[in-house]
Amino acid sequence: MRRFLLGLITFGVIGFAAFFVWAWHSEIAPVRAADSTTYDPAVVAKGAALASVGDCVTCHTQPGGKPFAGGYPVSTPFGTIYGSNITPDQDTGIGNWSQAAFRRAMHQGVTRKGEHLYPAFPYDHFTLANDGDIDAIYSFLMTRDPVQQANKAPDIPFPLNIRLAAAGWKLLFLRQGQLVPDPQQSAEWNRGAYLAEALGHCGACHSPRNFLGAEKKGEAYNGGVSDDWHAPALNEKSTAAAPWTVEAVYKYLHNGFDQYHGHPSGPMQAVAENLAKVPEADVRAIAVYIASLSGTDDAAKQQRADAALMTARAKTPTVESLAATTGSATTGATDGATIFAGACANCHRSGGQSPRARPVDLSLSNSVNAPDPGNLLHIVLSGIHPQSRERGFIMPGFATTLTDEQIVALAAYVRSNFSDKPQWTGIDTRLTQARKHSGP
Amino acid sequence: MATLTVNGKQHNIDAAPSTPLLYVLRNDLKLNGAKYGCGLGQCGSCTVLVDKEPVYACVTPISVLEGRTITTLEGLGTPENPGPVQRAFIAEQAAQCGYCIPGMIVRTQALIEHKPKATEQEIRDYMAPNLCRCGTQVRILRAIRRALKETRTAEVVR
Repeated sequence: MRRFLLGLITFGVIGFAAFFVWAWHSEIAPVRAADSTTYDPAVVAKGAALASVGDCVTCHTQPGGKPFAGGYPVSTPFGTIYGSNITPDQDTGIGNWSQAAFRRAMHQGVTRKGEHLYPAFPYDHFTLANDGDIDAIYSFLMTRDPVQQANKAPDIPFPLNIRLAAAGWKLLFLRQGQLVPDPQQSAEWNRGAYLAEALGHCGACHSPRNFLGAEKKGEAYNGGVSDDWHAPALNEKSTAAAPWTVEAVYKYLHNGFDQYHGHPSGPMQAVAENLAKVPEADVRAIAVYIASLSGTDDAAKQQRADAALMTARAKTPTVESLAATTGSATTGATDGATIFAGACANCHRSGGQSPRARPVDLSLSNSVNAPDPGNLLHIVLSGIHPQSRERGFIMPGFATTLTDEQIVALAAYVRSNFSDKPQWTGIDTRLTQARKHSGP
Repeated sequence: MATLTVNGKQHNIDAAPSTPLLYVLRNDLKLNGAKYGCGLGQCGSCTVLVDKEPVYACVTPISVLEGRTITTLEGLGTPENPGPVQRAFIAEQAAQCGYCIPGMIVRTQALIEHKPKATEQEIRDYMAPNLCRCGTQVRILRAIRRALKETRTAEVVR
């Protein structure tokens, strides 16, 4: 017995030692940032497009802050992590990172100094990116304006605040290597798969995660969570009323609007705003790949989409139908149909006007058909707004106009009136959570 | 029949419950301060206060306002005795065509109550929903700064 225990202890000690050796990464010597004019403009432009595919600027810019200077709070079930400064500032950014250090960070999630990064930085995806693309992104970042802004320490409790915890996570979940092209698929599909899986990290939000925060590989694209928003399933589990054809995904991602699904909102809005800056061929490739997750893009799929569009148009209220549903002068303060008629139908009706375009027919809206009312509640509370000083779709928020009871009644009405899916349960608790998240 | 409390007075309104507040204010109560701009909650010219929060009267059905307190431009002062925000807008001659000004004044009132020490950026962010297409934003901003300053000083004196 004693021998056995001794053996176990020895084994454990050797195991720990092996883990430490494995987890140890040496510092890569600091470099002096090269003059930004020495970078090839063609490579910088390629890097800019790839950085837009990766949506880097979103998590590496705090609200109202300078681009890429960090500070954006990424909320995770384990605590809040702040995007780091990736401008070429020598002291607070990555100005003293060599190209090799940047490659290592993308592939292995390790800083120049050798510290383990938390997987909120999605290196489980970036590890699949090839060196040429990573080097192009490096050239792009190194030619940005350096901003002196110190990084914020993560707000994570013990023991996960020990960086070595991230090494343990990697041991379990980080699989390095290249994406193997599928010879059965077209070159365009393979290009799209590479962009979506490696840099685009679509699965980071659209796939569910396990209790350690890793994507469940067997349930890829079954739908997930991002920043208190529901990230819908992109595979056959999609609850969208109209199926996602290549053309629909392309328009949704590139133009920020598609008549079969509406426009991206919540965290997806920034993703689409960035993809608008990406060469069309690459966005189309991503669309080919994403659409393939929910079945072959054939005539039958397009017919199903057109049928859904026709059904949705028929359900969109008209002036006459609205007058009929809300004619009674006795309906109470929490009558969803009345609230809809007075607050929403000015735009969300047939023949409704909007400065840029007619809003989506609500029966097609992903938020209305989603399994969770969160997205609809967020939109009702905060509305939809283009980024500061940009043009885009506008919907006013109703956070101060409507009481909680009224918003719950409105959401229930919209769900039952515009979706075939079962009524949501717990709209009120979900609303409390959404209000807390969006602040006062 | 709905009962609305507007500028401290109760009114019985005979209108469909989905009628936007703006129509009731203008057509039934003859309170023409709030203006019809876009009718879509996008320009801010119809802004009024509901329980001290700025809302778009054009997309607020009267059914949701039972028991809540509504304040319009007319509740902030009279031509003979304008309120502090109205005085600041007059002093800075902030109006060009004037159509957006009632909404601007009402939202400024909310700004003063929520953020009496607002910074320049906070002023701009808070006022962003209200549009002026004449281009008098510079004067409007001056009027808002003046209103914030004068209400702060008045509090010290009091």
